[in-house]
Amino acid sequence: MRIAGKGLMQGAKPVTFSFNGRHMMGLEGDTLASALLANGVHLVGRSFKYHRPRGILTAGSEEPNALVTIGSGAQQDPNIRATQQEIFEGLEARSQNCWPSVDYDVQAVNDLAAPFFGAGFYYKTFMWPSAFWEKLYEPIIRKAAGLGALSRQADPDACEKAYAFCDLLVIGAGPAGLMAALVAGRAGADVILAEEDAHMGGRLLSEVEEVDGKPAADWIAQMLEELDNMDNVRLMTRTAVTGAYDQGTYGALERVGHHHSRRAGLPRECFWRIVAKRAVLAAGAIERPVAFANNDRPGIMTAGAVRSYLNRWGVAPGQNVTVFANNDQAHRTARDLVDAGVHVAMVIDSRHDAPDSNLYPVMKGAQVCSSSGRKRVESITVRSVAGEEKIQTDCLAMSGGWNPSLHLTCHLNGRPQWNRDIAGFVPAPGTVPGLTCAGACNGEFSTAGALREGAAAAVEALVELEIKQSEVTLPQAENDLYRVTALWAVPGKGRAWLDFQNDVTVKDVKQAATENFRSVEHMKRYTTQGMATDQGKNSNVAALAVLADATGRGIPETGTTTFRPPFAPVSIAAMGAGAAGQGCKPQRFLTSHRASREMRAEQIEVGLWYRASYFPKTGENTWRQSCDREIGLVRNHVGVCDVSTLGKIDIQGPDAAKLLDFVYTNTFSTLKQGKVCYGLMLREDGFVMDDGTTARLGENHYVMTTTTAAAGQVMAHLEFVRQALRPEWDVQITSVTEQWAQFAVAGPNSRDLLNGLLKEQIDDTSWPFMACGEVEVLGVQGRLFRISFSGELAYEIAIPARYGDALFRALIEQAKALGGGAYGMEALNVLRIEKGFLTHAELNGTVTAFDLGMQGMMSKKKDFIGKAMSTRPGLMDDGREQLVGLKPVGPVKQMTAGAHLFNPDDPVERIYDQGYVTSAGFSPTLGHSVALAFLKNGPDRIGDEVRLVDHMRGIDALCEVVDPVFFDPDGGRSRG
Amino acid sequence: MRITCPNCGERDRREFYVKGAALARPDVGAGLDEWHDHLHLRDNPASETKELWYHEMGCGAWIEVCRNTVSHEVVSTRLASGAELGGKR
Repeated sequence: MRIAGKGLMQGAKPVTFSFNGRHMMGLEGDTLASALLANGVHLVGRSFKYHRPRGILTAGSEEPNALVTIGSGAQQDPNIRATQQEIFEGLEARSQNCWPSVDYDVQAVNDLAAPFFGAGFYYKTFMWPSAFWEKLYEPIIRKAAGLGALSRQADPDACEKAYAFCDLLVIGAGPAGLMAALVAGRAGADVILAEEDAHMGGRLLSEVEEVDGKPAADWIAQMLEELDNMDNVRLMTRTAVTGAYDQGTYGALERVGHHHSRRAGLPRECFWRIVAKRAVLAAGAIERPVAFANNDRPGIMTAGAVRSYLNRWGVAPGQNVTVFANNDQAHRTARDLVDAGVHVAMVIDSRHDAPDSNLYPVMKGAQVCSSSGRKRVESITVRSVAGEEKIQTDCLAMSGGWNPSLHLTCHLNGRPQWNRDIAGFVPAPGTVPGLTCAGACNGEFSTAGALREGAAAAVEALVELEIKQSEVTLPQAENDLYRVTALWAVPGKGRAWLDFQNDVTVKDVKQAATENFRSVEHMKRYTTQGMATDQGKNSNVAALAVLADATGRGIPETGTTTFRPPFAPVSIAAMGAGAAGQGCKPQRFLTSHRASREMRAEQIEVGLWYRASYFPKTGENTWRQSCDREIGLVRNHVGVCDVSTLGKIDIQGPDAAKLLDFVYTNTFSTLKQGKVCYGLMLREDGFVMDDGTTARLGENHYVMTTTTAAAGQVMAHLEFVRQALRPEWDVQITSVTEQWAQFAVAGPNSRDLLNGLLKEQIDDTSWPFMACGEVEVLGVQGRLFRISFSGELAYEIAIPARYGDALFRALIEQAKALGGGAYGMEALNVLRIEKGFLTHAELNGTVTAFDLGMQGMMSKKKDFIGKAMSTRPGLMDDGREQLVGLKPVGPVKQMTAGAHLFNPDDPVERIYDQGYVTSAGFSPTLGHSVALAFLKNGPDRIGDEVRLVDHMRGIDALCEVVDPVFFDPDGGRSRG
Repeated sequence: MRITCPNCGERDRREFYVKGAALARPDVGAGLDEWHDHLHLRDNPASETKELWYHEMGCGAWIEVCRNTVSHEVVSTRLASGAELGGKR
């Protein structure tokens, strides 16, 4: 019920929203929770396990009960806390975990069966028969588990991520946080003040207090005006700091678009990474409920939440309210309600020394031991020395004291300390380097104390930051002593809830202790206490106290569970912002991409690169037809292929040759200028890292090529060798992969093709096999390498990338005139398999030079990376799987990469495995399939038959072991 | 986590790639046992340890980072070129 004249939203505009299909009115500035209470709605959802009717317990992000689904269809957001969701025109909210409706929920039958569902129920019940687990138990549990449901549609909303840096991050904008921000801001420090709520002010928004001689709301407004006018202070509302990380890094979730209808271009959430030189934690405190039988009924709320609804939103959650407390602060709830004209039936205080009042009746030394009412509390039972008595009430405000919100101080493994005076944990100082706690989160509960500690924390930070502070006087404020006497659970029959969200009761915790789950971490996992999305913010300390009691230990000895990030739930969408869809995999396009597309080339992804797979001609219906034709072009005429994806590393300096000699197994210092050489590169453990060709363009200038797959790895490796192992060498390296476009021109007519484009004609004498040098093409300085990855007379021509498109088009045009054309990756792959050339299909990280038959390339005259370890016993044994070729025996059968090899007479079992196929394709040149494989003792088995088995594709074929060079074994074609 | 690159200043850990312990390459002529130790056997100190990080998304520097594995404090950083990791030749 809304009370006229109460609350901070005087004159706010009315807003229409719907809850479970019912249209309701609220006010601008309402949360869904305050608007529902204003409409008299207490029953909001059903509990996790027992499907008990549940209402609103709190007024903040710690809310365990009032979780709702917002929106519908692809845009539905489940498990939104009604206490945080601001209402806006047209907001649709629904209850969850109930069917057919929150009022009549079929699964509420669980509540009757509750004796069977206690702690450990799953572990004890679903043990046998074991075959039932997968087919029966798990599907049922999965269906029953969880609260809200996902839409199962692609998320149409966008999130963002952002970075911020500051001198001082102030977490929480209550009196301590505002004061800290003011002191640091006035001194000129770069300040970020982050507040989880939509409005700054913290508890002051919910209390009837004066600060600096004026109403708290006016003081807040004055503070915010000053802070807002400072260029060095950034105010961030709706921003929950969710985690503390190393070196002053903090994660924060900003709710950008949840409080109004969707707007184009605006993200729903933004995940911030804030790097702060110093931080002040002023996160306040969270009030804890008291465990008594049936303390989970709608209408039973924390006392502080009742004050929030009354004082901030002008809503009385009941008309006949009772208060149950163990501390003085909770009496304010009764005072404020009476002041607002709401009837307070009774204040029940467990302490015998509770304060009296002439405004409302107080029962001292009494406890609420039960409640009744189904969908809303109707009465409570109070026990005192005089016996038990029933009191009619429609709202019980309970308070078991306050727990400092010290969660962030534990994120770097800090452990909080028990403070007897406040019957709660307080942060241990220094657990997060650079972070100081102030105010309620530090166990200082008075407003004056919060202001004082906030200012002091800022001064401490300024000293560390070496920024001179300016004068700040502390305003006058409430300075009451916080008096509390611990009360965790009221003894008695019936289930008394600790963790409302996971339906964990006092009995469950005691059961865990009985079954010897005495460690707090074991109890937590056995009962699921504190493991729901609220992470036990309301309940952990009470559960711990119950466990301590049950095991006969004190609370400090029992310890606490570990608080880990995030402090408040963060959607995966926010953390992964920008990485959905193509965002997780940027695309790299070649300079020939557009021309390839125009030629209708199919694209294939190679890492992040997109390369032309094949170029279909009219009438070609399968990739094989195009591939076979393109192979024919290369073998008989001339083909052009973009090979720019290969890594290109420019190496210059007087010691360039030394570097190459050290990273390659073979020698490059003796390579003549204007020549190219194939090189093999090992890892330090003796296995092959990569291969490629390196050209010597000048005395001190080389260009290395790497495989496409290992371009980054090789670059990092060369940098490591150069910087860490041989820093004294004068050699510089840089990646030029993207600076040069490079095209293979291969086939008998390749020289003719080039002579149609080059300024100066070439012949076999001026450009012999493995020659390289500069050429002029299209009026631009380029580079020409006579190297071949196809076994044909072939060249690779390189040109600065901005001319790549023009050169590719010119090459294709020339090729067509000579009966040739473009070829793609499919043809390139078959061409190189026919020649036994290697790619990373073969260089898979487990092969040695010996396995490739390249042991002769390992120089004996010099040291190189991997030399020592390549001599390890076992790395050159004949029994190793070594490179061979395979061709089918008998009628043409398919061979597949990944297939395993067996002796024809052996069973197809792992222990008989003889090797595996790495690459396979159909060779139109030879008229049969060809494959490369690693086979035990391979080179000695040429001519033998092996059985190729691929269970995945249902292939079982006899093959003949052959030399890996299928085509033109003496290499005459590429030299000629 | 933040690492101070000697060239670029303090940067987010995600700009870096970690290789592992900063160890000097065995001297030329070292036996296989020494190489085995170098490549495969690692201490697991609960204290300060030296690691090699590569400023992959930055200047490309290899950096020796002295880091406390317990507190995660980055104690000091320097370019790997000054760390004498090359071994005797």
